[in-house]
Amino acid sequence: MAKLIDVSDLNIYYGDFLAVDSVNMTIEPRAVTALIGPSGCGKSTFLRSLNRMHEVIPGARVEGKVVMDGQDLYDKDVDPVAVRQHIGMVFQRPNPFPTMSIYENVAAGVRLNAKRMKKSDMDELVESSLRGANLWNEVKDRLDKPGMGLSGGQQQRLCIARAIAIRPSVLLMDEPCSALDPISTLAVEDLIGELKNEYTIVIVTHNMQQAARVSDQTGFFNLSGVGKPGQLVEMDSTSTIFSNPSQKATEDYISGRFG
Amino acid sequence: MTTTTGKSPREVLAAVDQPLSKAALPGWTPWALLAASVLVAVAVLLPGGTSIAAVAVLTAIVHLVLTGAVSRAKEGPRKAKDRVVTALVTIAFLLAMVPLVSVVWTVVSNGAARFDATFFTWSMQGVLGEGGGGLHAIWGTILVTLIATLISVPVGLLTAVYLVEYGGKSTLARAITFLVDVMTGIPSIVAGLFVAALFVILVGPGTKLGIMGSIALSVLMIPVVVRSTEEMLKLVPNDLREAAYALGVPKWRTIIKVVLRTSISGIATGITLAVARVAGETAPLLVTVGTTVATNFNPFEGRMATLPVYAYYSYTQPGVPPQPGIDRAWTAALVLIILVMALNLAARMISRFFSPKAGR
Repeated sequence: MAKLIDVSDLNIYYGDFLAVDSVNMTIEPRAVTALIGPSGCGKSTFLRSLNRMHEVIPGARVEGKVVMDGQDLYDKDVDPVAVRQHIGMVFQRPNPFPTMSIYENVAAGVRLNAKRMKKSDMDELVESSLRGANLWNEVKDRLDKPGMGLSGGQQQRLCIARAIAIRPSVLLMDEPCSALDPISTLAVEDLIGELKNEYTIVIVTHNMQQAARVSDQTGFFNLSGVGKPGQLVEMDSTSTIFSNPSQKATEDYISGRFG
Repeated sequence: MTTTTGKSPREVLAAVDQPLSKAALPGWTPWALLAASVLVAVAVLLPGGTSIAAVAVLTAIVHLVLTGAVSRAKEGPRKAKDRVVTALVTIAFLLAMVPLVSVVWTVVSNGAARFDATFFTWSMQGVLGEGGGGLHAIWGTILVTLIATLISVPVGLLTAVYLVEYGGKSTLARAITFLVDVMTGIPSIVAGLFVAALFVILVGPGTKLGIMGSIALSVLMIPVVVRSTEEMLKLVPNDLREAAYALGVPKWRTIIKVVLRTSISGIATGITLAVARVAGETAPLLVTVGTTVATNFNPFEGRMATLPVYAYYSYTQPGVPPQPGIDRAWTAALVLIILVMALNLAARMISRFFSPKAGR
């Protein structure tokens, strides 16, 4: 299921403003790729361009290639809706649907797309997704209660369950732990470790320890100055980035001597 | 920085430092002052003969002065201001309640006379003088308003969806917003005359039909529905739209199943209030629907009676003797008020029923 993504010469714009400049990157399947860098350097923007969520913002556009399975995702005849069914996403803030129960939230990917599914199959899908997100034992007795009634950490794991319920090939995570306490963060990190057996995972994080803990590959984004576009400075295996980076900027950033 | 005094900021602050506890008036003070004010007002005005209104006005003035003076002497200027403004706000509230209570009282006391089973089971067919009822007008109001709602809700809802989800900052969207704003302020008689003129062209002069009234009302209703729906759609957090997009849900499904579903309670409330607003319109119905004495269920054939118009004609042309007609007019007004109030209550129930539930 997990797939490799090849990004070449990707320029990302907001209107006329070049936000991210010519990124080349290979995202390995069945591995966790972490994106680190200072605020505003374009990590999230880059992440959102991988499943064409970037263009939801008015005026936003992309130049370059994002190739998955030999198919350029930005080809003219590619449907962004179909892309997003293959590449799921978890957001910074937990955003369960407020009108739906826990069960319905997990089933949302199927139900909102009006796919028919037998009740027993649906139950199975919901259970396996919630188990996959390490949430099943906490919520199995109150599946019909509103998703908004869960704690922040549980909500975020609910959102992960919702994202993996559509069985994507790739899972994008945009600072999934930044609103969570250390214990919930640990739960989500453990989960990421399990999920990488099946999915290609790309995670944006501000927490370098987290990047070091969970990822196999790390990409460092930086911007050379205010108003300049963000760039991918360096990309390598996580151990190399954190022990022996080839660029000075990377070393300064991870050792805290930034700027 | 005032360095001229030669004091440090800490010293300046220490000089104005206030004790944490201060003298306070007991809780019953406002009531005691109010009683005193009433006594003063009555004592002053009674010798020359007086009215309740005059006593009320003088009581209010005396109460304000008295509260200010007593509180300032005992509690200091800040508390005094607080008490005076509290009294002012209360007086403003009471003033606003006067016309409301008065209207309800007048309508209920005058309308109670004919608020009986006959009124709800009889039309005015073949009725002269006493008896008769408003069944035909009740049905007319329900039908005309219902059809107006059926026209306005889809148009208004879709317009709002376009404005919020698709229009963005485009010229078309801004033009629509502007026109909707203008339409909100349209006098209702203009809507009536517009539809009357339209049907003169379409059908011929002198046409009066139920459907014409519905169209006239929907002209008034659409801008209200657009406005309230638009505000509700804007309240839906963008996070939810993105969450749905990220699940590979197409935009139109996201709008129907997430955006509209999340805001349905607000939208339904807005629509119900819009219905309540137009149900009592008289002028446009006067020129488009007219009135009649018999129950007419067909909005495409012949005139219809509606409660506002029925009340208007019963009051202005009560017949001989006039009293039964006037009584019927008041009862029609009472029924209309009850109808509008029921709609408002329904709006509250809808809002409570549909709103997203949190909690465990």
